[in-house]
Amino acid sequence: MAEEKIRLTTPLTDEDVGKLKVGDTVLISGVIYTGRDAAHMRMVAALDKGESLPFDVKGQVIYFVGPAPAKPGWAIGSAGPTTSYRMDAFSPRLIELGLKGMIGKGGRAQEVIDACVKYKCVYFGAVGGAGALLAKSIKKAEVIAYEDLGPEAVRRLEVEDFPVIVVNDVYGNDLEKEGRKKYAVE
Amino acid sequence: MREVQVSEVTEVIKKLCMDANYYLPEDVYNALQEALKKEKSPVGRSVLEMIIRNADIAREEKVAICQDCGLAVIFMEIGQDVKFVGGDLKEAIFEGVRQGYKDGYLRKSTCHPFTRANVGDNTPPVIHFDIVPGDKIHIVLAPKGGGSENMSRVTMLAPGAGLKGVKDFVVQRCSEAGGNPCPPVIVGVGVGGTFERSAFLAKKALLRPLGKPNPDLELAAAEQEMLERINKLGMGPMGWGGTTYALAVHFEMEPCHIASLPCAVNINCHAARHKEAVI
Ligand code: SF4
Repeated sequence: MAEEKIRLTTPLTDEDVGKLKVGDTVLISGVIYTGRDAAHMRMVAALDKGESLPFDVKGQVIYFVGPAPAKPGWAIGSAGPTTSYRMDAFSPRLIELGLKGMIGKGGRAQEVIDACVKYKCVYFGAVGGAGALLAKSIKKAEVIAYEDLGPEAVRRLEVEDFPVIVVNDVYGNDLEKEGRKKYAVE
Repeated sequence: MREVQVSEVTEVIKKLCMDANYYLPEDVYNALQEALKKEKSPVGRSVLEMIIRNADIAREEKVAICQDCGLAVIFMEIGQDVKFVGGDLKEAIFEGVRQGYKDGYLRKSTCHPFTRANVGDNTPPVIHFDIVPGDKIHIVLAPKGGGSENMSRVTMLAPGAGLKGVKDFVVQRCSEAGGNPCPPVIVGVGVGGTFERSAFLAKKALLRPLGKPNPDLELAAAEQEMLERINKLGMGPMGWGGTTYALAVHFEMEPCHIASLPCAVNINCHAARHKEAVI
């Protein structure tokens, strides 16, 4: 993406995310967790019932992805982002609990952007439809919860230089809006 | 009458599921290369580079281009002189999908609408049968991802809205879709028939060789105009700003009811996968 690349290792701190600005290219290394529609529904239902989450979200990054099955010799199958707005209803709850990053594609609702500012969380975009390429940055994958959901199960991923771009930073900026303004032709 | 064993259909469908998911069609690949040359945004260019590299990896290593290996949408034109033997044709198609998605390490994405329980084998596929002259069977298999399908819409315009109403609806739909459907996208527009027929036409439009204009000059001009208007919105690759949001607009039209102007927009992502075979 942009020439300048920022390297970050999870878990992330307020200071880590505070340094990021919209449009920054970031290479993420360390552990991240997967979760998409059905997993988010279950996680928030668990919180409503006062139960604990499959992993402590504090300082963590959730990747909205439902990977393809791994071929022999691969840690994971194709694994690109899914569309994030479907998680908009659930994300603020997790952000409030200390989630520091989300990876997906497409725009977010204002409530999510506001929660990102209030509790210091960053929404990263990954290139949708580049799942084979992105899978190369995933070194290990292990299902840790909701196995019955198949591709939607929660997985713990070990990633190395996983390429993302900052779409919503902790200052309320939005790459989709800025990008559109910059390149729109009357 | 030419007899065709349904087991042969199973084999062909199985192979099409895999090949369609591994090999990005050449016209799409070339269009991405062209877009890379013209894209003004540096971020947009690096997105296009990644998409192209991704297609190379998928092709060389025979892995899915995208983790969303889609619902299997199948267009099957059956020659009227073909007789299927050896079993139930539909079940043979289902079995081809089951085997293709399992053996090809493809993601199974069908689920119960409310419990969200995964069906587990990516059935049922969406099958469009047609009967044509001759004794051949022509099959096109187009895996369709959910992200771009979710951004598609059908509307029943008032006839007075005319061609302008159609164009405005299409451009507005893309503007609202933003980065969600994995741009650069291909926009299929279907006008005519009934509610569901317009949607079918829009889907069919996506199968046309990329950028090949509609032979009708008025429709071709409308395609070009919509493409320019959409790209001028500045949304760019992945919606992160730039000059390439759509690679092409394909517009198909048929007569409709005197009371109606059905208009469908079917958006396809850059992973515009389809493969065909003849039996
Ligand atoms: S919209 Fe297309 S490229 Fe994007 S995730 Fe879905 S299937 Fe893949």
